Amino acid sequence: MRTLTDISQDSSRTRRGVDRQASGGAGAAHPHESAIKHVTGRASYIDDIVAPADAVHIALGLSPVAHGRLTRLDLEKVKAAPGVVDVITIVDVPGHTDIGPVFPGDPIFVDDEISYVGQCLFAVAAESHKAARLAVKQAIVEIDEQPASLDPVAAAERGEFVRPTHVQESGDWQQVLDGAPHVLEREQFVGGQEHFYLEGQACLVTPTEDEGVVVYTSNQHPSETQKLVAEVLNIPFHAVTVEMRRMGGGFGGKETQASPWACIAAIIARRTGRTTRIRLPRAEDMRVTGKRHPFHNRYRLGFDDQGILLGGDITVIGDCGYSPDLSEAIVDRAMFHADNAYSLGQVRVTGHRAKTHTASNTAFRGFGGPQGMMIIEAAMDDIARQVGEDPLTVRKRNLYRAGRDVTHYGQKVEQLELLHDIVMQLEAKSDYWARRRAITEFNANSPIIKKGLALTPVKFGISFTAKHLNQAGALLHVYTDGSVMINHGGTEMGQGLHTKVCQVVARELGLDLERVRITATRTDKVPNTSPTAASSGADLNGQAARDAATQIRERLFDFAAAHFFKDQGGLDREGMRLENGELVAGEGESAHRIPWGELVQAAYMSRISLSAKGFYSTPLIHYDRQTAKGRPFYYYAHGAAVSEVSVDTLSGEYQVTRVDILHDVGDSLNPAIDIGQVEGGFIQGMGWLTSEELKWNEAGRLVSDGPATYKIPTFGDLPPVFNVELMQGHPNSQASIYRSKAVGEPPFMLGMSVWSALRDALSSLTGYRECPRLDTPATPERVLMAAEALRRRQATATAVEETSDDLA
Amino acid sequence: MTRTLTLTVNRQSHRIAVAPETTLLHVLRNDLALNGPKYGCGLGECGACTVLVDGLAARACVLPVAAVVGHEVTTLEGLATAEGLDPVQVAFIEEQAAQCGYCLNGMIMSVRALLNHDPHPSKQAIRAALEHNLCRCGTHVEILKAAYRAAGHDDEGECV
Repeated sequence: MRTLTDISQDSSRTRRGVDRQASGGAGAAHPHESAIKHVTGRASYIDDIVAPADAVHIALGLSPVAHGRLTRLDLEKVKAAPGVVDVITIVDVPGHTDIGPVFPGDPIFVDDEISYVGQCLFAVAAESHKAARLAVKQAIVEIDEQPASLDPVAAAERGEFVRPTHVQESGDWQQVLDGAPHVLEREQFVGGQEHFYLEGQACLVTPTEDEGVVVYTSNQHPSETQKLVAEVLNIPFHAVTVEMRRMGGGFGGKETQASPWACIAAIIARRTGRTTRIRLPRAEDMRVTGKRHPFHNRYRLGFDDQGILLGGDITVIGDCGYSPDLSEAIVDRAMFHADNAYSLGQVRVTGHRAKTHTASNTAFRGFGGPQGMMIIEAAMDDIARQVGEDPLTVRKRNLYRAGRDVTHYGQKVEQLELLHDIVMQLEAKSDYWARRRAITEFNANSPIIKKGLALTPVKFGISFTAKHLNQAGALLHVYTDGSVMINHGGTEMGQGLHTKVCQVVARELGLDLERVRITATRTDKVPNTSPTAASSGADLNGQAARDAATQIRERLFDFAAAHFFKDQGGLDREGMRLENGELVAGEGESAHRIPWGELVQAAYMSRISLSAKGFYSTPLIHYDRQTAKGRPFYYYAHGAAVSEVSVDTLSGEYQVTRVDILHDVGDSLNPAIDIGQVEGGFIQGMGWLTSEELKWNEAGRLVSDGPATYKIPTFGDLPPVFNVELMQGHPNSQASIYRSKAVGEPPFMLGMSVWSALRDALSSLTGYRECPRLDTPATPERVLMAAEALRRRQATATAVEETSDDLA
Repeated sequence: MTRTLTLTVNRQSHRIAVAPETTLLHVLRNDLALNGPKYGCGLGECGACTVLVDGLAARACVLPVAAVVGHEVTTLEGLATAEGLDPVQVAFIEEQAAQCGYCLNGMIMSVRALLNHDPHPSKQAIRAALEHNLCRCGTHVEILKAAYRAAGHDDEGECV
């Protein structure tokens, strides 16, 4: 530029509506970077982007059957329908037709074999969304229907897997089981979960002047979408730019399953030369996309008279749907978390990936971890009843501790004191034992309404188990007015990632948060990124942004030392710092202060680069699949929750009456955001285990395909007493970004305390001698059936006792 | 069949050629570029599309546009005035009541509708007014706090 802007009047001040917050560096509870835009409707989501008037709209032709062969697909009437611009099937795909994200198995359109209800047969582009949807109905589809495999347990028995079985073993588990004083043998079904991101799958694609496209997509993994779009179009990656500003919720549902719509829209955009829009109607969205994997778990666990685990044999069967998608890593993570916070002893853990004719199940907050943890939390309750102790006592006895601190896959649990502190502090804060006594007394005098109480801990491993994904990049520009732009590979879906990354940059450069702005995630700014998943967004991208900011800072220090106050011998490079919008050199009254804007302009005029790219890769982690041993996680995040429920045992209806949570985020990057993540994770986890029931009919068609038939938690489900605190005084033992910890997924599993409390309430029907099987979601129907089963058994037992008395 | 309808939206009059059964949401978003109301479920069940019709909360995704002719429609964009944001919007910022933000239009408009006919509703009434608005991020606590604040419940009592 020829002249520099006048920075004597600093303009980055009060904005509309709210007062400017005081300095918002990392650690402060600064509001969401989009707060004002959210409440005024100016925060733009994909469907809000204004498209040219000639944009075309896509509707999809979907399979009505779960399994069969496509014998006829006559689309002549579709092509002739009013407003139709283009119709495509698999033969119209210029490049790759398989868009499996990790392993092959996901055809973009059906070629021959149909694998689930909702699988894509063809796509229609028309002048309006309505015209496209009406045209779809004109298709003539003939299918040679075949029996659908919908039972993952039967599929596993037949050896029908999407990926090979994996086994983790530690010690001689067989011998331990044979010699154990007590053995518990059970099975459980853990239901799946619909993501129900409020903003459904949506995408807008614009053709570029060369052979490429720009893709605007609601998406957790722009780089993978870039790759798949390029492969489908058979063009180089550099011809595809993917942009992602914010999602209206992701939760894992937009990690791999946002790509198909981008690929389809990109093909249409290239064929028609017109901007192309796709937004799935809610019912279609729910039918065509995969969900959290339902799991069937079996376990035999040996324990001693104190209820302490000695070892055992655990098998998990994940219902993967029709293709691998991310199921290899998801079932792995279930296996990695079969211990939750407890030492299992000598154990074998076997994980199967069963293939069924449903949509391909995918990532969802926790990524299999929650389904794995359900095993050991169920077992803790069962063992407690068997040894006649309170479940909390048995849980505490089994927590990882010195001498029992290595997991079944060989990783040492480092923060043992933290784990025990959380449980003990929460036990005291929640007044667990006084409430236990009160509840026991209440239940003794209340024949119908039964109360339940449970404390469950969480230990969740942080890092992608696919090692190469643990890397991140960032791009930082300082402009000559002193404003700072940061861009990184992570995506914002409501978790506050962008706010946290801005805070990191503000802290490193000693600037007010107002000076730092984040821009949309774009594959042409930071390339080859990892998905925003595995709770790792802030850990990875925060470090990459910090790296970039550090480079700029050091570069400016070098420049300032040589440039300013030359006549006084220059500035002292050693003690330089950036704080409160100034470079400060020296101490006390003799300190020199150079305002940030002046520093930046001087550097520019001296031809110093004001741009840097940062990079980060997580150290220490490794896992050997051959030996099933390693350190797959950089660290563990912990937490615990106490839930109290009140159950009507004649109807099965229940209420969650009080919840207390203490959660570990290390040294928090932003306590307000972290508390929100903990609350939200808990509520979503509670929904998963209580009200959110996926139902398929016998033909494999999802019938819970809208908010009227699939119940996510609402305001009425909020516990009337809900105390949430962040654990203090335990910084991360590893050198994570400012010793904070990941917070996206771990709190999800705090919801298990509600399920355990329901079992506790039901157990009171047997005088706490038995714990019922309670599959999930524990809907009122399931709770009622469990209560009835217990009552029947009690009646039989009483009858037998009476008979015995008679005989005596 | 297309008809020309006159709509009053955010105190402005618009003449629009449209099939009368077209949903109000479609017209607001596509013809009037008012993107505050969101498409969530298209079934009137999640609340993301909520607008005010004569001050009452209405679900724009299931309301035929012809039904609002002669009525005052207000969207999120119409809440703020020259003096600044609506107090409900300010309360939502102050309580940091957004994660992904997609449900927020419905939450804010539903609270606004409640306050329009009862400036000081009880906490129970507020919870009832929001019961049928879905939030998937689980931001319920902060949304309730914002609604309580907007309704003048500034006390530090139990949040729920």
